[in-house]
Parts: sequence; C-alpha cells; structure tokens
Amino acid sequence: MPRFTAENTILARDIIARYPRPKSALIPLLHLAQEQDGYVVDDAMEHIAELIGVTAAEVLGTCSFYEMFKREPVGEYLLNVCTNIACLLVGGEELLEHLEGTLGIKPGSTTADGKFTIEDVECIAACTEAPCLQVNYRYFYKVTPEAADALIDDLRHGRRAHEVPKHGVLARTRQQIPQATRAGNAVPGLASEPVWLRTAAVASEGGA
Amino acid sequence: MTVSDAPPIVSTRFGLDDGHTLEGYLATGGYEGLKAALAKAPTEVGDEVKAASLLGRGGAGFPAGTKWGFCPPGVWPRYLVVNGDESEPGTYKDRLLMEKDPHQLIEGALIACYAIGAAQAFLYVRGEMALAQERIAQALNDAYVAGYIGQNILGTDFSVDVVLHWGAGAYIVGEETALIESLEGNRGMPRLKPPFFPAAKGLYLQPTVVNNVETLANLPWIMTNGAAAFTRLGTEKAPGMRLFTVSGHVKNPGVFEVEYGVTTFRDLIYDPVYGGGIRDGNELKAFIPGGGSAPWFLAEHVDMPLDPSIVGPSGSMLGSGAIVVMDSTTDMVKACWRLVRFYARESCGKCTPCREGTSWLEKILARVLAGEGRAADLDLLLDVVDNISPAPFPKAKTEAGDWEAVPFPYKRTTICDLGPSVGSPIVSALLHFRGEFEAYVDRGVPVEVARV
Repeated sequence: MPRFTAENTILARDIIARYPRPKSALIPLLHLAQEQDGYVVDDAMEHIAELIGVTAAEVLGTCSFYEMFKREPVGEYLLNVCTNIACLLVGGEELLEHLEGTLGIKPGSTTADGKFTIEDVECIAACTEAPCLQVNYRYFYKVTPEAADALIDDLRHGRRAHEVPKHGVLARTRQQIPQATRAGNAVPGLASEPVWLRTAAVASEGGA
Repeated sequence: MTVSDAPPIVSTRFGLDDGHTLEGYLATGGYEGLKAALAKAPTEVGDEVKAASLLGRGGAGFPAGTKWGFCPPGVWPRYLVVNGDESEPGTYKDRLLMEKDPHQLIEGALIACYAIGAAQAFLYVRGEMALAQERIAQALNDAYVAGYIGQNILGTDFSVDVVLHWGAGAYIVGEETALIESLEGNRGMPRLKPPFFPAAKGLYLQPTVVNNVETLANLPWIMTNGAAAFTRLGTEKAPGMRLFTVSGHVKNPGVFEVEYGVTTFRDLIYDPVYGGGIRDGNELKAFIPGGGSAPWFLAEHVDMPLDPSIVGPSGSMLGSGAIVVMDSTTDMVKACWRLVRFYARESCGKCTPCREGTSWLEKILARVLAGEGRAADLDLLLDVVDNISPAPFPKAKTEAGDWEAVPFPYKRTTICDLGPSVGSPIVSALLHFRGEFEAYVDRGVPVEVARV
C-alpha cells in the first residue's frame, strides 16, 4: 500500500506551501493520492497526515465526507450519470437504466473486468445539455442510448484515451506559482495592513 | 415581450475559441478593468462597486459592495475566497464562466482584492469540474508570468497571490461558511451563526469576503465602463445583466445573459431567442424559478420580471438564476421525490432536523411512488417540513388555490438553508398537484397524463 512517491512528495510540499496553514492542503493532497493510486489508500492518508501535521484520523474524517474520494478501487472509467431534475425531465433516468443494462451492473458497482463503475449522481452543471454524464469527470452532453453504447465501446477499446484520463486525474494542468514573483502567504498573526492601502491613504491625506 | 438589445457583460467571450487564453483575453479588452481600478484608490473602487448595486449572483443576492464593507477595520490579513462550487440543481453558468473566460474571473478577483485589501485569494472550484480547473490553472500560470498576479502587480504596490483550490464533491460546500471549513481542510459543514458574515470571521477566523464567480466576473466591466453605465441596465433594485440557465421542457435550453429586472420569465421560456417555448406543443405545468431550492411557480406567474425584489415577496426566489421548466407530461410526484432525494443525499448531518428530516421525507416519497403510500403520508410530509422550517412555508399567490403569497426567505431550525430547501419541492408539489399524490396513494399509480 503506497505512500506518495518521491516525485509526488515534492509536489505535495509545493502545494502545502501555497497555504497560510498546512491543513488547507488536505483536499488537494487527497486528490493527489487518488491520482497516484486510482483511489485513496490508507498509507497515503498516513503520509498526508505526516506532511501537514494532523492525525491520520483527521485526514480520514475529511476524506470520508467527500463523494469524489474513493477508499476502494473503482473501475478504470467512472461513469457519473446525472438523474437530477433537469436530466430527469429529458431522459436521465432512462439513460442510467440503459447503461445498467449495457454493462450489467447497478449504480455503485463495477464490472467484473474492472473497466467500468456507474454512479447515479446529483446535478453536474450541464443542465442545458441534458441528459448528461461524466466519464472520470469529463463531460458528455445530450447522451442518447445509442451514443452511450458507442461511448462504452470507445472506452473499452481505448479510443477516448486522449480526452478521458485515468480515474483520479483531474486537472492535467497544474498551477505553478513562481517563487521569484509570488506575493507570499498572508499568515494570520504575522500580516499587517497591506502596503497599497497605506500608500493610498497617505496619498489622499497629502492631496487633502 | 421585453427582450432587450442590451449588450452582454460577462458572456462576451463564450462564443470565442480562444477566449480562455491570455492572448485571446488581451485581444478583447482583457485586464483593462484592473488597470482602471489600480488608477484609483482602493476605497474609490469599493465605492464604485457599491454605487453599481451589484447583487451577488450566487443565490442569496446580497449586494457585493455592502458585503465588502463588513470587513472590520484594522484586522489583518483579509482574504478573498471565490465560490466556484456551483451545484444547485438546474444551474450551469459559473462553470461556463470558468471554462470559457477564466481570466475575466481572475481579473474580477484581483479588483476585489485591491479594493478590500486582501493579501491572498483562494479560487475554490467544484471538484467535478476538471476542465474548469485546467483552464483556471493555465490562466493563473500565464497571468503570473505576465505580471497580473504576484508581487507589485503592473508596477504598483499592489501584491496578491491567487491560489487555485478545488473541492471533492459536496453540494453543501456552496454555503460560504462550509466552503471556508472545506478550505481549511475540514468536512464541509456550515458554521454556527453569528457571526453571520465571514467578512467578520472567515478563513482562519480572519476577515474573509466570499464572492460568487459571476459576481466577480462583472467587476472588470464595471471598472472599465463605470457604475453609472451598469445601473442604466436593468432596474433600480436589479441593475445590470444576469446569466440565467433555462433547462427542462423547453425547445431551446440554454444559458442566456439578459437585462436584469426587466426581462420576464415569459421571455426566457417562450421567446425564440431564448427558450423558444414548451417542447412538442405541450402546456407549461410549472417551473422552478431559481434552482432546486426555490418554491415552484405556475403558468400564471410567467409575466413576472426577473427581479429578486418582486420574486421574493411573491413567495419564491431567483436564487442561482436556474429556471427549470416542467410541461404537462411531468409526473410531479416523481419530480418532487428526485429533488427531495438530492437534499437527503447532500445534507451534511450537522443539524438533526435536516439530517433526519430530509432522509425520512425521501423514504416517505419513495414509498408513495412505489404505490405503498398511506393516506396520512401526505400530511406527514408537510409535518416533517414544518419541523425543519416552522411557520408558513414560502409560496406564491395563486388564483386557483386562493392562496396568498408567503414571502421568501424560509424560517428554519437549522444552521443553513439546505434543510428548509427540501420543503420547496414538497410544499409546491403538494399545494398545486395534490391529486397526483392521492392517485399514487389510492391506486398505486401515477395519474394518466403524468408520465415523465
């Protein structure tokens, strides 16, 4: 059961350094763990706890609250099918049932070959493109049963690899804060009035 | 019809292929608002935003300039937190702003930081929105290199870091104190009030302004064109332009930026340039005027203008600007149950009335839908709602039911509005479509016309 790799440990420290308090990095680090291993393993949570200076129980407490963190393996492709109101009205539930039939599984479970997991999810903010679904958090709009089957076939044969990364990978572009030009963290107890407010006040007094 | 030809403010780059790049942004007037702001004193920027009466676009509709003014003097550091956790059922507009025009949001955030004296900003993007996270990360990277973020921005003494942060799947994190808890690495549970505004005690208990994505996206335009130009659009109580998501049973679902306070629900639902009317020539049965948490309106309310000062007293809310249209074929019991299940799943569990109430309401409705409901279940639903939101529930005045309007907002026995929101689909559906529930209870089946 892996902790962070050496490379990801460096990345983790870089993420922690962006926040005035290390614990704020907890959710981004859980995402990093999920990106590394496909789900959040216990040792990764222990490692996160060490890195940010909290107990492993606190990491688990946060991890278990959020729906996107999986503490057991899921399929290579996580299909999130929206059935909330806007999708329900135009066939979201039928789409979900169709996918259940195609894959032979119920929401919350994974196909025997480990390829697909289906989830019946809440509104994913694509209401004008209903019914919609996400595969590893990439959107597919106005999905008909035929389009869903074609998508499954594509995914099964690796034809969508360029647009759908493996489960756990969210943004493929990371923020890079340049050390030379960053402003620095605003740490409670250490920060004083920002200089641009002071100079503006002095300028207006001078003008008056 | 009152479709105005006012030019859009925040959606001007939605149709561009490169609107999300720094080059595309700069070629279309990007960062001019920041330059205009930096030429003024921070207090002048704050005054300008206050004069624009820019109402928050997240849901509560609180004036942004007033919210900024709640930061206690002399307490440092202050933070800006951008709420990009859009997840209200029916709402799809902040994601567009983040994917299609991330620099506009960043520019708006920088203007806000300059005005309020925030030395660090956190951009909280919903976890499921991978593309928005990518686009914002790239935009931030480019903006740092170009000198729009970081030390001594554009050669001034204004310095701020903007940090991309992202969630992990929890509707409740859209509530601003829950969002702050999440940003501190905790479970996203709302904080006990008072303090009512994070501007007093927010992130790390420091003064923190939490603004919605669309709210901030308006700031560059306001800086460039002035508050007076902004208030010339819309109405006195609902100035400017606003994004509305129109979904459900319309011919042309879409996200439309329209003149606030002037445009009506009828325009958005029926006008060919917007929703285009009800699909298949069907009749309008009901519509949700402001996201899943808003009490429903009926066909008789379509001529109401999109003005929170009218919609609120009329018994609902414009909320997140999400209009969900239901036609005559809609099974209202099913629609009600699906929304209730949302609140049952998303309750954080902190307050007992919400944790227990939402899940019991979902179970009762599931029983009714399964044809196993009891006659007493319908009043039981209202009784449970009353335990979460005591007193008459917000509802619209209707002729047929001879009901008087009960103004928004809700009363509540909970810390936040998630719990009472579950009452909106229940009270709305039971008031207006009780016969459909009775058909399920009496005969175990939906009424004839009512098939989703």
